Amino acid sequence: QCSTATFKCSPTKVHLCEHPPSEIEITKSEMMHYFREMSRIRRMELASDMLYKQRLIRGFCHLYDGQEAVAMGVDAGTRPDDHLITAYRCHAQQLLRGDTMKSIIAEMLGRKGGAAKGKGGSMHLYLPEKRFHGGNGIVGAQVPIGAGLAFAAKYLGEESLAIAMYGDGAANQGQVFEAANMAALWKLPCIFLCENNMYGMGTSTDRASAQNEFYLRGAYVAGIQCDGMDVASSRATMKYAADWCRAGNGPIFVEMKTYRYHGHSMSDPGKSYRSKQEVSGYRNEKDCIEQVKTYILEQKWATADELKQIDKECRKEVDEAVNWAKAQPEPDVEEVFSDIYSGKPPSFIRATDYPSSCVTSQ
Amino acid sequence: QKMTVRDALTSGMDEEMERDETVFLIGEEVAEYQGAYKVSKGLLQKYGAKRVVDTPITEAGFTGLAVGAAFGGLRPICEYMTWNFSMQAIDHIVNSAGKIHSMSGGKITKSCPVVFRGNNGAAKGVASQHSQDFSAWYGSCPGLKVFSVYDSEDARGMMKVAIRDNDPVVVLENELLLGEEFDVSPEVLDKDFTIEFGKAKIMKPGIDITIVALARMVGESLKAAEQLEKEGISCEVINLRSIRPLDRDTVIQSAMKTNRLVTVEEGWPQHGVGAEICALIMETAAFDYLDAPVERVTGADVPMPYAANLEALCTPTADNIYAAVMRTMRGGKTPDRQS
Repeated sequence: QCSTATFKCSPTKVHLCEHPPSEIEITKSEMMHYFREMSRIRRMELASDMLYKQRLIRGFCHLYDGQEAVAMGVDAGTRPDDHLITAYRCHAQQLLRGDTMKSIIAEMLGRKGGAAKGKGGSMHLYLPEKRFHGGNGIVGAQVPIGAGLAFAAKYLGEESLAIAMYGDGAANQGQVFEAANMAALWKLPCIFLCENNMYGMGTSTDRASAQNEFYLRGAYVAGIQCDGMDVASSRATMKYAADWCRAGNGPIFVEMKTYRYHGHSMSDPGKSYRSKQEVSGYRNEKDCIEQVKTYILEQKWATADELKQIDKECRKEVDEAVNWAKAQPEPDVEEVFSDIYSGKPPSFIRATDYPSSCVTSQ
Repeated sequence: QKMTVRDALTSGMDEEMERDETVFLIGEEVAEYQGAYKVSKGLLQKYGAKRVVDTPITEAGFTGLAVGAAFGGLRPICEYMTWNFSMQAIDHIVNSAGKIHSMSGGKITKSCPVVFRGNNGAAKGVASQHSQDFSAWYGSCPGLKVFSVYDSEDARGMMKVAIRDNDPVVVLENELLLGEEFDVSPEVLDKDFTIEFGKAKIMKPGIDITIVALARMVGESLKAAEQLEKEGISCEVINLRSIRPLDRDTVIQSAMKTNRLVTVEEGWPQHGVGAEICALIMETAAFDYLDAPVERVTGADVPMPYAANLEALCTPTADNIYAAVMRTMRGGKTPDRQS
């Protein structure tokens, strides 16, 4: 049997609903799991940073370091059969839903063994068999899709719900409100989860949002704002929100206040619109993994050395995944013509010039 | 037996909803109003509000929702009152639905079976914002399948195959054709009657010239062909049916047989379906078989005006097609052709 402790959650703000519990029971094995998973995410993202700087990752790459407690709280507070969809900052979700680090890193490198055969890249990771639907490169587009996943769950009489994650930048997209309206009308079990990391690219919430308390944005829809840097709080809030949806109350907005250490994407050093002190302040005082570490050490569930050892194992897993991914070949050139349609391929697919086109006899 | 295009569309949806409980219809005024154009008449009464869903006027939202419902295991039929309003939602059609199979490396395989459908092109007197043809727009997007409906046979067959297909399908209907009656064979009335993607239909075989048309222009082409026949010109009229994939073979074979080709569409000429067919001919052996340049009949290259006389000037008719065929039959370049 596993030891259990009670953890105090950070205060929440609520709208049209009760506060989630201010305390939460978490077992030792759960907390150790959070430490390991959050460390895996952190290490994977730091490795991605290196791979990008080595020009092995191309194009856009959005890193999650700093925000790990949000993804972890979603995973811990909801069920594996709940549908999940997020935006382009999607590496952590793919990993937590069960994909391998090898598959994720190979995808970022555009290699054959990647999660999407190298056709999607950093922003397009999917694990449909585990109900993770991406990975969407269009800011805000995943939100009505999330409402649709909730629609399907309800239509099919499932107990599952849908979580649609989006950033504070996407929070101003019109389709978020369109989705919320329909979800409320039809009481869809959908958690609209705003990860407020304070900046949409380089624009602070103050400069982009006339009202920047995103849990209130649903107006006629209930909402909760919680601390997204503390896994106990994010888990408790997600659990409350999930129960709310499963009880048939319809949708709910959740705003998690969080912080990204990296810039918006790899082309953004993240320095022109925020101060060094702000970033180091979060790192030193609010870091979500340090918080978990503190919880564990206070409970004497592990020693500092043991935690270091776990972190070391995570680094090793990342190193192995990176080496494996680097050794993967690029996708076969024939792949350029495949996966356009799910059934029979079209008889003719034009290439960059006519003679190179793909002709399939029907 | 005769059947209107409207009844053909309705019966196609009805039978597929009966066949598969995961099929549902969503859109503006599809349920209690019975469809803005009565295409969903009776479906609410038969299947209830769970499966015939009225939405608020919120195209981006309900299109995204339909795509999500498809990811979640359903087979949505997403109706646009007219395709003109789909521009509010085009990101979801092209990006969320059309690209998902490719960008997931084939992982999301049977998870995006959405049918996007509604009236396309111009009706009468509804002016520019409500009179646009999207054949070329959606036809240019790999990952989408695009059907263009002409008659009742098309309507039934396309609706059924579109609903059963696992890829996102765009079905372009036409308001002016909804009330028109067409002969339907017992085969067309079969519950499993389907039309293949990528297959055009030769509506009328001929030997002197090929007319390739889509949607309402098929009817205008047939009218022109009838007149031309009286004057001793035998036209082969092709109903393109599938805009994407395009039936290259049927067009090429026909052009090689008749040695002359005219394309007809309602849409704008620039980058249109006719332009694509011209390029197709240029790129293949068919070019060597031509006795005259291909001529296009298209909508005028202007936003559709409201006034009846101006609107008429912007919409191709059998007369335009007749004239284009006559010019092509004369063989040479049109006399007024410049630079």
